[in-house]
This record gives sequence, structure tokens and C-alpha cells, in this order.
Amino acid sequence: MADKVYDKQNPAFYALLVALIVMAIGPIVMMLATSLKLNVDIMSDSSSLLFMPTIRNYETALCDFLWYEAAHIDYCDKTFGRALVNSLIIALVSTVLTLVIGCMAAYALVRFRFMGRDTVSLSTLAMRMVPPAVLLVPVFGIWTFQFQIDGTRAGIILVYVAMNLPFVIWILQSFIVQVPIQLEEAARMDGAGPFGVFFLVVLPLIKPGLAAAAIFTFRVAWNEFLLANALADRNSRTVPVTIVNSITEFDIDWGVIMATGMLLAIPPIIFTFVASRQIITGMTAGAVKG
Amino acid sequence: MQTANVNRLTPYLFLAPAAIVMAVALLYPIGYMIYASFLNWNPSQRIGEAEFVGLQNYVNLLGDAAFRESFFVTIKFAAVVVTLEMFLGVGLALLLDRNIRGMSVLRTLFILPMMIAPIVVGLMWRYMYHPSVGIFNRTLKSLGFEPIPWLSDGSWAFASVVIADVWQWTPFIFILSLAALQSLPQSAMEASRIDGATGWQQIIYIKLPLMMPVLVVTLLLRLIDAFKVLEVILVLTNGGPGLSTEILSLRISRTASEFRELGEAAAMSNYLLILLIILTFAMFAYNKAVEARTARLRKAAEEDL
Repeated sequence: MADKVYDKQNPAFYALLVALIVMAIGPIVMMLATSLKLNVDIMSDSSSLLFMPTIRNYETALCDFLWYEAAHIDYCDKTFGRALVNSLIIALVSTVLTLVIGCMAAYALVRFRFMGRDTVSLSTLAMRMVPPAVLLVPVFGIWTFQFQIDGTRAGIILVYVAMNLPFVIWILQSFIVQVPIQLEEAARMDGAGPFGVFFLVVLPLIKPGLAAAAIFTFRVAWNEFLLANALADRNSRTVPVTIVNSITEFDIDWGVIMATGMLLAIPPIIFTFVASRQIITGMTAGAVKG
Repeated sequence: MQTANVNRLTPYLFLAPAAIVMAVALLYPIGYMIYASFLNWNPSQRIGEAEFVGLQNYVNLLGDAAFRESFFVTIKFAAVVVTLEMFLGVGLALLLDRNIRGMSVLRTLFILPMMIAPIVVGLMWRYMYHPSVGIFNRTLKSLGFEPIPWLSDGSWAFASVVIADVWQWTPFIFILSLAALQSLPQSAMEASRIDGATGWQQIIYIKLPLMMPVLVVTLLLRLIDAFKVLEVILVLTNGGPGLSTEILSLRISRTASEFRELGEAAAMSNYLLILLIILTFAMFAYNKAVEARTARLRKAAEEDL
């Protein structure tokens, strides 16, 4: 890697690169900057780059987690703090469940081959086609009247697991196919049962695939709005739902809302920087390998 | 004997949880929706109490000017957005497919917009489009131009929504086409270079045709997703002004929650689903036809040898 030779490029090319980078992350940086401003600074006509950064907006949003009294908060609105906890629980639990269930199914489909790979990829595509808006009415009806799990976290988790499963099965399949069957046979010789083979031999080998699948499911569960909005009640609202609720108010408090938006954006941003390779693998696996 | 039984059951044991979850929370709701689309149903009723009205919802929708408008807006939005993104994404990939330092950093930065919640994307664009404090109008004003009514005028609102979507999703196409470009056989490139092909000739006659299968799949994936866009538009304009940006997903959710017409919303969902199925099958058929043609050409070429 170190002695790789790079081509020399024209300066205009670098200018273009810089312009692209500014365009790609400019809006995100602007959101961060706004979340660190006082409303006076947001509304003032002066230059938007010169201001005193403050964490007041974050203090307002997270007021029930503060271990100190913030002087500027007269009334602590706990909605956001509660939503953050809900979002975390829902996203984490549904990611773990999806991975465990999806992994087992993918393994069965690859190793015991009673359905072609084509069938699976076709049904994955078919499931991907279904917009969340289409699930809105039936999920609302069934969850409310038949399962009676509307307004609970479990209800939201169940939809997310089901929504993410096809993609996870599909992506994990492409990793499991690459595990040499000889390894599994060797383990079986040594006396491991089917579950032993799966957990001790296969799982450790497909870690990159698991990472990609985990990031994608977490992202969907963390970011989803529509179904959470239909299913959640006051106590199980997630962060996207609270954000939308607060922008429909007449007077938007831009500083605080940008701070909540930033908090919602932070986990995906961290994942992107830590695991961009896995994300790109996950994104391209479907299209490029076919 | 017992182990044999366990072994025979293993695949089913491994598959069962996934099958159950998907049947209960995905297939059953879709079936339910198809049934619900034949009912006159409002959210306070149980589904059994709703009146069966046959195809009434579907017929009503066809006669509903607002529904036709939002159907048209959806198609317009998907077509405009996907075309722009394909051109920009593939163009950038062709341009940036070079051996440069920091390519991985660049790719990382480019996927950020896709990873962030659509709600947040809507939020930051809404702030930037803000009539007085947003950066666009501020810049325009300081340069001495008239401010633009980004979100309050019908056609500007549509353009604003398109711009936000292009910002968010062009990187997707860029990344996929870049991956396709980098997996092209080097021998073809070298052969064409030796034959004296210029950069443009290489792109048009070699790179693009070889990338075609990936591009078609990318286009399909992006097109499907373009019909699912909802949150960004909800936050930016909530469908307004008028119906200028009210795409079908948004109309479905409003019909269900504001107008409380679950049956009609279900019928609308079915229309959307049918549209998507037609598109997907068309793309699949095209893909298969292309594959068959290349296979035939390859076979013919081999026979010539």
C-alpha cells in the first residue's frame, strides 16, 4: 500500500474534488454549526461563520440526562430524552433479532439448498419493492385490532425485523456461500452438531457480512419514521417522530431542532467512518455481483 | 435414529423463525391490505365491521383529480430524480475513476448523505431553503438578487425537493458505478489503448457497454427507492404548496391519518404496488433480453474462431 504510485492530476481536477466534498458534507456541517448557535445568532443578518459556539441547544434537548442544573432551562421537556431511549432500544433489539434470525435462515438456504438462490434474490427484490407507506394501513390495522401491540416497542420492533429480514438474508447468503464446506465437514467429524457448526465455525467466518448487515438494519430501524409514527403512542415515540412533531409547530426553534437532528445523525455518521468499507460492500454486493 | 431426525429437521428449524416473522409481519399485512382495499373502513372500526364495497375505492380514486395529480407528481419526481442522478453519478464515477490519493476518504464522505436519517436530511434542507435565514436566500440577497420562494411556490418547491433528493442519492449511483468501473477487465482497456482509442471512445464503446448490466440494476434499485421517498418531502413541504410535491406515499399516509379513509388508502397502496411491479418486471425482462443477446453474440464469436 505504502509504495503505491499515484497518478499526477491536473489542478482543476483537485478543485473539482474539493467542490464535490464541500457539496457532499456542506449541509451536514451547516446543521452542526446551527445546532451550536444561539437563536439570536441564527436569526441575525451577520455572517453565519462568526459566532460563539454553545452547547445550550443540546442541554435543552437532553435536559433529563443532565447531571447538573443548566441555568437557561426553565422547563424541562422530557419528550426528546424519552424518544432517544426508545430509539436506542428499538434499533438495537431489532438489529440483534434480525441478525440472529436472518443468519440462521441464510445458512439453511445456502447449505441445505431447498430453494434456489434465484428465488431468494427475486423475493428479496420483491420485498424491497414494497414501500413502507404500503405497509402503513395493514400494519396499523393488524397491530391495533388483532395483535393489540400498537403503542408498544415490541410492536415497532416486529415490523422492523420483518422489513429488514429479506435484505439481511440476501446479503448474508453471499457471504456464507464463500465459507468452504470442508471446514464444516471437519468440524462435524470432530463431533459438532449442526448448531455447533453454525455458531462456532460459520459465524466467526462471516463477520464482515454480519457487520454490513448490522449497519444496514440499524440504520433502517434508527431512521424510520412512517411506521413508527403510526404505531407509537406517547411513551414509545422514536426520535424521528418527535422531530417531525416539533417542526409542525408554528414557531420552530431551529437551534434545538438542529441539535436533536444532529443527535439523530451521529450514530450513522460514526458507523460510516468506522465501517465505510463494509457499508460499500453491502451496497455493491447486490448490484455488482448479481 | 434420533440424530438422523434432528438432521432432517435442521434446515426447517433454522428457517422457521425467519419464515414465521415474515409471514406474520410482512406477507399477512400485504394480504390484509389487498382485502382492505375493497372495504369502506375508518380507523375507529374493526375490520370486520367495515362495509364491503367491491371495487368502489379503485373507481373513486380513478375519478379523483387529486389522486391523479399525485400519481403524476410521483412519476414525474421519480423520472426527473433518477435521470439526474444517473447522469451525475455515472459521470462523476467516470471522472473520478483514477488512481488518486484519498479515494477511500472521498467515498466515505460521499456515503454520509445516504446514511443520515431522511428526516434529518429534510430538516437541514428546510433550514437552508428558509426564506430569511437560509443560506441560499442569504447568499442571493448579499449578491443583490431577489430571494427565491424555495418552498412556497409550486414549481420551485418541486425543484427544491428534487435538489435535496439528488444531493442525498447521487452518491449511491456514484459508488455502484465506480465499483463496476473498477471491476472491468483491464485487458479490454489496454487493448483499446493500443488500438489508439481516445478517452471518449473508450468511455462510449468500452466502459459504458461493459458497465451496462450493473447500471441497469442500479437504475432499477434507485427507481424503486425513488417511489418510496417520503420523509424528506414530508419535512420539506408536506406535499404542498397545493399538491405540487404530494407524492403517492405521502398521499397514502395522509389519506390514512388525516382523512381517515383506510380502505381508500389501501387501494392507493395497491395502485402504487402495481406500478412498481410493472416497472420491475419491465426492467427484468429487459435485463434478460440483453443477457440473452450478449450470450448469443459471445457464442457466435466463439464459433467464428
